[in-house]
Amino acid sequence: MGRTIKSLGLAVALASAMTGMALAQSTEVRIGVALEPPLLDPTAGAAEAIDIVVYQNIFEGLTRIDQNGEVQPGLAREWTISEDQLTYTFKLQEGVTFHDGSAFDADDVKFTFERILAPDSVNAHQEFFTPITSLTVIDPLTVEMKLDHVVGRFLFDLGRGDAVIVAAESADNNANEPIGTGPFAFLQWDKGSRVVLEAYEPYWGEPVHLSKATYVFIGDTATMTNALLAGDIDGTNNFATEALGVFEGNPQFNILVGTTEGETILSTNNRKPPFDNLKVRQAMAHALDRQEVIDGATYGYGTPIGAPFAPHNPYYVDLTGTYPHDVEKAKALLAEAGFPEGFSATLKLPPVAYATLSGQIIASQFAEVGIKLELINMEFAQWLDEVYTNHDFDLTIISHVEPFDIGNYANPDYYFGYDNPEFQALVTELNGTTDEARRKELAIQAQTILAEDAVNGYLFELAQTGVWNAKLSGMWQNSPIEGLVLRDIRWAE
Amino acid sequence: MGGGWEGGRSAPSLNLILFALRRFIGFAATLFVAALVIFYLLDLLPGDPAQFILGISSTPEKLAQLRSQMGLDAPAHERFFGWIWGMLQGDFGTSYTQRAPVAKLIWDRIGVTLPLALFAMVISMAVGLPLGIIAARRRGKAVDTGIMILAQTGVAIPNFWFGMLLTLLFAVVLRWLPPGGFTPWHEDPLLAFRGLILPSLALALPQASILARVMRTALVDVSGQDFIRTARAKGLTMGEAVWRHGVRNALLPVLTILGLQFAFLVAGTIIVENVFYLPGLGRLIFTAISERDLVLVRGATIILIVAVTATMLVTDIAYALVDPRLRERGAP
Repeated sequence: MGRTIKSLGLAVALASAMTGMALAQSTEVRIGVALEPPLLDPTAGAAEAIDIVVYQNIFEGLTRIDQNGEVQPGLAREWTISEDQLTYTFKLQEGVTFHDGSAFDADDVKFTFERILAPDSVNAHQEFFTPITSLTVIDPLTVEMKLDHVVGRFLFDLGRGDAVIVAAESADNNANEPIGTGPFAFLQWDKGSRVVLEAYEPYWGEPVHLSKATYVFIGDTATMTNALLAGDIDGTNNFATEALGVFEGNPQFNILVGTTEGETILSTNNRKPPFDNLKVRQAMAHALDRQEVIDGATYGYGTPIGAPFAPHNPYYVDLTGTYPHDVEKAKALLAEAGFPEGFSATLKLPPVAYATLSGQIIASQFAEVGIKLELINMEFAQWLDEVYTNHDFDLTIISHVEPFDIGNYANPDYYFGYDNPEFQALVTELNGTTDEARRKELAIQAQTILAEDAVNGYLFELAQTGVWNAKLSGMWQNSPIEGLVLRDIRWAE
Repeated sequence: MGGGWEGGRSAPSLNLILFALRRFIGFAATLFVAALVIFYLLDLLPGDPAQFILGISSTPEKLAQLRSQMGLDAPAHERFFGWIWGMLQGDFGTSYTQRAPVAKLIWDRIGVTLPLALFAMVISMAVGLPLGIIAARRRGKAVDTGIMILAQTGVAIPNFWFGMLLTLLFAVVLRWLPPGGFTPWHEDPLLAFRGLILPSLALALPQASILARVMRTALVDVSGQDFIRTARAKGLTMGEAVWRHGVRNALLPVLTILGLQFAFLVAGTIIVENVFYLPGLGRLIFTAISERDLVLVRGATIILIVAVTATMLVTDIAYALVDPRLRERGAP
């Protein structure tokens, strides 16, 4: 089947290479994405699908995160931070308008954060902004924020989709008719089918190259393959790795392999015996063969990790050698822990390919050391209910996709239930530190503790595997934050 | 035929009104029970809509906040009657995940699913019925065997797979038709129509196969009946007799099957709409279930139940109008 599709693809490539020359220079792009966002307001939901469409396209924040994960000026053109790191003063861009024509000024900033902090706010990440104790409009282009404690990553947090600036007049309708200040304005949303954006001419920043961008929602991998081959879409930001072979070696397409913030882990219920026993967790770590999991579950496109930390992060330290794959060692540790014959456990799997495939491979690896896993597949809503909310699980596999989410391990109530006061103190110190060298030192200590404690089975960092028309350029290769930024995308001359 | 009609006009029409009334009460009762079942069944489903919206890094406080905003903290019976009362006034509620009125979301999707189901129905009749007639006329011959093998294959092939083969040929290789997607009718009716050709073909294949088989069997049965022999005795050729008298009578069981198939057609759209990424009702329900958008699932399911039971009500009354035996016996 794969070969047939491939040769068909080549035939198509040749045919359209010939007709393609006659076509005029296009400034429109059609992008296939797997999930349709439930709504288009990034401040009212956690779904990544929302940010894919709107982040930095329709909406902008005070800062913006670039494709290397660095903080850049956004609607705030510059800022000063007080000596004690508690007062931030932002100078705003001049001449910025919302897509409905109304002007942007300091009052919109004040409104945005008051809305996030309001008691009835449904912002998915209110906790990033609760340190803000006061918001003061100094003049129409200057805002001052005071924090009650030092927050090391405050400027990064301001660049998240959760903190984009909205206007008081339009905020309530953003779910279905988003109005922001970004380079693209919302044109229409045919529910179930597509969202169309068009370039916003009065945009304050660098003009964009595209005049129109359409997001087409295609859930099925085979269908997405056909849509790419037929030229109905010009690309997709994250294509299923099992079908990438169709496009390899096809000159018409460009496969863009990059990193994401998704650490895929074998989450372990640390509250529950026998997993509360360090020796058992170490035995499981020794039983894992990461490369085998990566080859089988992601077709070789993942990067092994030894701690829940992204390998491209400047603070990363390679800890994959902490508990190398060693079946004998694993058996010995299990015997020491009082399980010479091994034990049985359940592995609950959410409906994503990387999890279901990894699950089968891990089950056979664990069987070698005597741990018998029962695989249970479930819907995502059910997974959230049983595993995430009610902690009713032994093991599960999931990718944690938030940037820099090591703080979850400092929350003893988090679903995997890791409770280590030493680690919690470390994270508190890290969050309150702004000095880069010291932050790095603390982050490395934190990663080392998590690796040695084998809190979860650390598997791999998910890759981002985009497939794009070879004539398109300017797409982000890496995904340091959730989004699909259209700003630099353009067709070759 | 027709004894009741000669008996005077008033009695049968009173009978008919009573019959219709009885049917209507049955219809309303069915709907109420269906609503009850849908509501409580979905309430039992594991999974919390608020949790789904907030994802895996939410705080318990936010969750409680959102649950109360969505009205999920009220007792079940209170929400049930609130829901029924709202629907009686035309208010189907607001979707949890999309924050838009359910009635509008459903209405937008019907413009895709209804034409899709109708096209599929038309294609399946246009293909299935003639094939069935030909097979019956050439019973036992190679043509008959050929058509029946084809029909058997048509029933066996899953329509999502057939849909993908169609796309591969007509969209990827030949590039005659789009591989999927849908342009709204008001934007470009021709493009909208082109977008529905492949999906309705995929949807029609199993239906056409079933219809061909039913048509053949019915026609073969009818061909042995007395009235065909009478027609032959009158001097018609076998072909004429079958065409004038046989086909018309064989259509009755075919129509019954056609009615029953409508439910399968609607179920089939869920899969076909996913393969061709069409914004139809099936895909709406599918996503709504996986996102635990219970308000939307309930609203859409009720609409489908109303459509199916209303069709049955209308069919019953129409049958009674056509065939007086039914209403005189009361109820089947």
